[in-house]
Amino acid sequence: MSARPTFNILISGVGGQGVVLASYVLSRVALAEGYDVKQSEVHGMAQRGGCVTGHLRFGDRVYSSLITPGTVDVLLSFEAVEAARYLHWLRPGGLVVYSTVRLNSSTVSAGLAEYPADITARIAAAWPNVRALDANALAKQAGTVKAVNVVMLGAVAAALPFPAEAMEAVIRRSVPAKTVDLNLEAFRLGRTVAACS
Amino acid sequence: MATRPTTPAAGGRVAPAREIMSGNEAIARAAWEAGVRFASAYPGTPSTEILEALSRYDDVYCEWAPNEKVAMEAATGASLAGARALVCMKHVGLNVAADPFFSASHVGVKGGLVVVSADDPAMHSSQDEQDNRQYARFAKMPLVEAAEAGEMGACLSAAYELSERFDTPVLFRTTTRTSHSQGIVELGERRAAAPPILTLDRDPAKHIMMPHNARPRHAFVEQRLLDLAAHAEASALNRVELDDVRVGIVTSGAAYGYAREAFPAASILKLGLTYPLPRGLLVAFRARVDKLYVVEELDPFLEEQLRLLGIAVDGGKDLLPLCGEFTPGLVARTLSAAGVPGVDETLLPVSEPLIGELPDRPPTLCPGCSHRGVFVALRKMRAFVSGDIGCYSLAALPPFEAMHCSTCMGAGISMAHGMAKVVDEKADSRNRAIAIIGDSTFFHSGMTSLLNVAYNQSDVLTIILDNRTTAMTGGQENPGTGRALSGQAAPAVDLPALCRALGIRRVTTIDPYDVGQTEAVLREELAAREPSVVIASAPCVLQYKISGEGWSIDSELCTGCKACLRAGCTALSLNGETGARAKVAIDAAVCNGCGVCAQLCKTHAIAGPGVADGKEAR
Repeated sequence: MSARPTFNILISGVGGQGVVLASYVLSRVALAEGYDVKQSEVHGMAQRGGCVTGHLRFGDRVYSSLITPGTVDVLLSFEAVEAARYLHWLRPGGLVVYSTVRLNSSTVSAGLAEYPADITARIAAAWPNVRALDANALAKQAGTVKAVNVVMLGAVAAALPFPAEAMEAVIRRSVPAKTVDLNLEAFRLGRTVAACS
Repeated sequence: MATRPTTPAAGGRVAPAREIMSGNEAIARAAWEAGVRFASAYPGTPSTEILEALSRYDDVYCEWAPNEKVAMEAATGASLAGARALVCMKHVGLNVAADPFFSASHVGVKGGLVVVSADDPAMHSSQDEQDNRQYARFAKMPLVEAAEAGEMGACLSAAYELSERFDTPVLFRTTTRTSHSQGIVELGERRAAAPPILTLDRDPAKHIMMPHNARPRHAFVEQRLLDLAAHAEASALNRVELDDVRVGIVTSGAAYGYAREAFPAASILKLGLTYPLPRGLLVAFRARVDKLYVVEELDPFLEEQLRLLGIAVDGGKDLLPLCGEFTPGLVARTLSAAGVPGVDETLLPVSEPLIGELPDRPPTLCPGCSHRGVFVALRKMRAFVSGDIGCYSLAALPPFEAMHCSTCMGAGISMAHGMAKVVDEKADSRNRAIAIIGDSTFFHSGMTSLLNVAYNQSDVLTIILDNRTTAMTGGQENPGTGRALSGQAAPAVDLPALCRALGIRRVTTIDPYDVGQTEAVLREELAAREPSVVIASAPCVLQYKISGEGWSIDSELCTGCKACLRAGCTALSLNGETGARAKVAIDAAVCNGCGVCAQLCKTHAIAGPGVADGKEAR
C-alpha cells in the first residue's frame, strides 16, 4: 500500500449540537478503513453553550491529535459563525461544508454583540470552496432535528476518502436501534443536497 | 534501544482487538487489566471520565469521594490492605490531596498505588496551569507519563510494577490533550484475580508516621530514589528513536507528538519515566547528537534536571513558551526560527482569521438553568459576590458580572468570612461579601468554611446553589444526590439540617426561579447581620433532562427596553428590523420555559404556554 498522507478534518459547532457524535462516527470509519486515527476534543467548561471543536486526523501514522491551522483538508461546521471563525484553518484548496443555521451566542443574546446578518455572503466571499446547507431543515425532513449531525456527515461524505457504505455501517451501530432508518435517511438527504449544491 | 514504532497494526501475530478510546478511557481499561480493585476520585476536568469509564467494568470497586484528600487516603488504605488501588484527580485536586500524598510517599504501599494527576495546560477548564510533575520531585516518588491513548496500557501497567517493586505510590501525570484525545488502543485481558483479602498487616514502623518511624522512612525514600534512577536506565518506558543526529530532542507526553510531527527525522529520546531521570541514557543520547533540545509544556522540569545532571542543552525554555499548550505548528516555527534543521515546512505558515468582527461565543448558563434567577437578583442588588468553582462561575461573565472573586474550591465562604471580619460595619450592603457555592463544592470543601463562619461568628450570608449534581464536570453523583457512582441508592445529605448542625441558626430554602422571592430573602438575610444560609433548591435541567415548552413574546407589548436580556439567556435576541426600535425575539427551540426573563419584563410581554403570569409557570 502506498503511503497515505494524513487527512485533517476540523469539526466546529456549538455545545449540544452533536459535534462529538459526528467526530465519533468519522473516527470509527477511519479505523475500519485501516488508518491510524487521532481525535481531540475538549470537554468541561467549553461545552456550556460555547463553541466546540473536534480535531480528527487519520493516515498511516498520526502522532499529534491537534491539527495545525492552515492544514485542514475539510472544515465541517454545524453553525454559520462557527464556520466563519475557523475558515483560516483550511489549507489552500480545502473545503468548508457548513450548516446555515444561526445560533445566538450569549453575547448576542445579551445585546453586547451583533450576529452578522450577511454571514453566508461573507463566507462565500472569503473562501472559494464552500458547500452550505440548511441541515436543520433536512434533519426535520428526516424526522427529527436531532439528526442534524448525521445530515452533516452525509453532506461531507463525498469529500472524504471513505466509501459511503462504510460510513453507513458505522452510523448504523452508533445510533439507537429504533432511529437507524431515520438516521440513514438523514445521511442520504445530506449526501443528495451536497451533490446538488 | 528500541526503534520507532510503525503503524500500530504492523506485526506478524494475530492482531488483538483494537478500539478507539480517549486517554481517560484507556487509563480505565488499563487499570482494569492491571487488576485494580479499588478506585476513588473527585470529578475534575480533564480527569473525570477515568472513573466513569472504570465503573463500567466488573470486579473494580469505584467511588466518588467528597474531595481528593479523602480519595487519596481511601486509596492508600486499600493499598495497605493489599489491593491494587487507583486515585484520580485534576491538577488542582492534588493540592487538596497533598497532605496524604506526601505521607503516602513515606508509608509506601502493599498493593500497587497509582495517583493520576490530569493537568490542564492552557487552562481549558481550570483556574491555573500548575505543572504537577513538580509534585513527583517534591514528594520523592516516581513519575510516569504517556504520550497518547495507545500507550496508556503499557505505562499504567509499568507504573503498578514500579509501585510494588519499589514500595512507593506512583504519580501518573496526564494533560488535557493526553486525557481527552482519542487514539487506537489494543485491548488486553485482566490480570489473574488476586486472592480475597482476609487479614490486615500490623507494621507500625512502616504504617505509623510518628517521628521515630518517619526518620528511617525518609532515609528509605532517599535510597528508593537512587534505586529508581538506576532502574530508569533500562526502563522500557524510555525510548530512543535515533535518526538524523544533527538534532536531538528530549521530550515526553503530548509534546512528543508535536515534536515528532514538526521534525519528522529528528532523533528523539522519549521519556515515559520522567522522574527520576536516567543519567546514563541521557549522557549517551547527548553524545550521539549534534544539538540537544528539550520540548516540554509548562515548567522546565526536564530541562532543569538535565542541566543539573551536567548535560548541555542547546534550547528549551529560552525558546519555547512557559505558558499554555503547544501545537505542532508552534514547535515547528519556534525551533526552526532558532536554526533547528529538518522541519516539516507545511507547519510553518501562520494563518490569520479571514473574517473579522464575529461575535464571541463564551460558555454560558444553559437555558432554564436554576442558577439564573439567583444571579439576576444578585445583580439587581449590586452585591459583592465571593464565588466558587462550578457552572455558576460563568456568572462572572457578561451580562451578569455578578461574581467578584473566585479562587479555589471552597474558598468563596472562607474569603467572605475574612472580608466580613475586616470590612467596617458602616459599609453599605453592596460592600458586604455574599458567599455563593454549589452543592458538590460545598460537600468538597465548603463545609469546613461554613463551620468557621458559625464558629467565629461572621455575618456572612452564604448561598448554596443546590442543583443536586456535580454539573460543571458533566453531572456526577455527590453526597447530596441520593446515588453513588455505581448507581446504588445512598443517603442524601439533608442540607438545611447539616447547616444547622454546624451552628447556623438562620437557614432558608428558596425557589430560585422566583426572582422576586429570591431577592427579598437575600435582602432580609443580608440585613440580619449574623451567619446565614440560603439554599437555592432546584435540579440541574441538563442533568435531569428537564425541558419546558418555549415561551413567547408579544411584539406589540415589547418596547425594546432590553430589561429581559439581563437574564443572559441564549433563547433571547434582538431582532434587527431596520428603522424601528429593535424588539426582543424568543427562539422557542432554545427556550426551556423557566420564566425568569418574563419576571424582568416591565410590560408583561413575555408569557408561557397557557399561563398569564410568568411567575407561576414552573
